[in-house]
Amino acid sequence: MSQAAIPPRSVPTLAVPSLPIRTILPWALLAGIVLLIAVYFVSSEQGALAVFSGSGIHEWVHDGRHLLGFPCH
Amino acid sequence: MTGSNTAHPAGPSTSTSSTGTRPRPGSFPGLTVTGFLIRGLLAGLIAGLITFAVAYTVGEPPVDGAIAVEEAAGESVDEAVGDDHAHPEGTAEHSHADTAADDGHSHGEDAEVSRSTQSTWGLITATVVFGTGLGGLVSLAAAFAMGRFGGLRPAGSTALIGVVGYAALSLVPFLKYPANPPAVGDPDTIGTRTGEYFAFLLVSAIVAVLALVLTRRVAPRLGWFAAGAVALIGFVVVMLIVAWLFPVVNEVSDDFPAALLWEFRSASMLTQATLWGVLTVVLSLLVQRADPAGRRPAGLSA
Ligand SMILES: [Zn+2]
Repeated sequence: MSQAAIPPRSVPTLAVPSLPIRTILPWALLAGIVLLIAVYFVSSEQGALAVFSGSGIHEWVHDGRHLLGFPCH
Repeated sequence: MTGSNTAHPAGPSTSTSSTGTRPRPGSFPGLTVTGFLIRGLLAGLIAGLITFAVAYTVGEPPVDGAIAVEEAAGESVDEAVGDDHAHPEGTAEHSHADTAADDGHSHGEDAEVSRSTQSTWGLITATVVFGTGLGGLVSLAAAFAMGRFGGLRPAGSTALIGVVGYAALSLVPFLKYPANPPAVGDPDTIGTRTGEYFAFLLVSAIVAVLALVLTRRVAPRLGWFAAGAVALIGFVVVMLIVAWLFPVVNEVSDDFPAALLWEFRSASMLTQATLWGVLTVVLSLLVQRADPAGRRPAGLSA
């Protein structure tokens, strides 16, 4: 799968650039927080913690929560 | 997405030599942070859809089986309560309904969301939202990894992140705190169990990041292969110690069917492996297509 690991001799080498941390960090914070919230609602909301009262969200994602390995109840 | 206006079309820190249409050394046009992010969200969406198919096929039968066990146990508790306290029929029924509502957890016909909805629309919501979120997070890590692991092409470092992520956030946590089906677990300990699980995930993720940092540090002296082997051994040893230090959780009652528990846990493991596997493969392929060297046939067959 990761055969690209072999030094590409036949290809006129295009050195792989790296992205500076300062360009990644704003995205890691912005998108990272939004994505973590999405993951939180599937994995934990209305379980150990609850932003919204009731159990509708918990029940809606219930089977996924179990099968994705999170403590449910 | 909201941030496409701040995308870096030509990559960062290369305001010096522009060489026309050819990609400049130091930037790949498609592989900016937003380029990674969009590919990660797409790969995660695809992975979530395929994971739903697997989870529905292999995961729902043991979930239904466990709920049947739970409801059978609930009925026998009702009978016991009715006998001990000599309540009339109606009172015993009512008290059970109250208890279920207090737990915020009821699986049967009295649930807010019906079982048939939970196992279809509910499950696909969970796998797609979780998959897309995870895809985005993995792609941000992959954006950071690009060009920081020796001779690995962008697709190679992306695959590395996917494999390490699966090991650190799914496989290793599963070995310490395996998934539990409905009916297993004391509702009174959900707080501590959730805390322990996420603490373990966090420690595992940190140790994995340290292992990757270690790989980079010792690679100049040992070479990448030996450095990776040293880091892998280090990760395993540290996580064995961490797993030994973390509290043991075993709330499987003696009368829960062992075969059903095994069926559920192997289904859960397969569900998680599917999510990470499809996500890693699809994201790596998308990244490879955006790699100027990876697009060439020679690059594919090398
Ligand atoms: Zn549950």
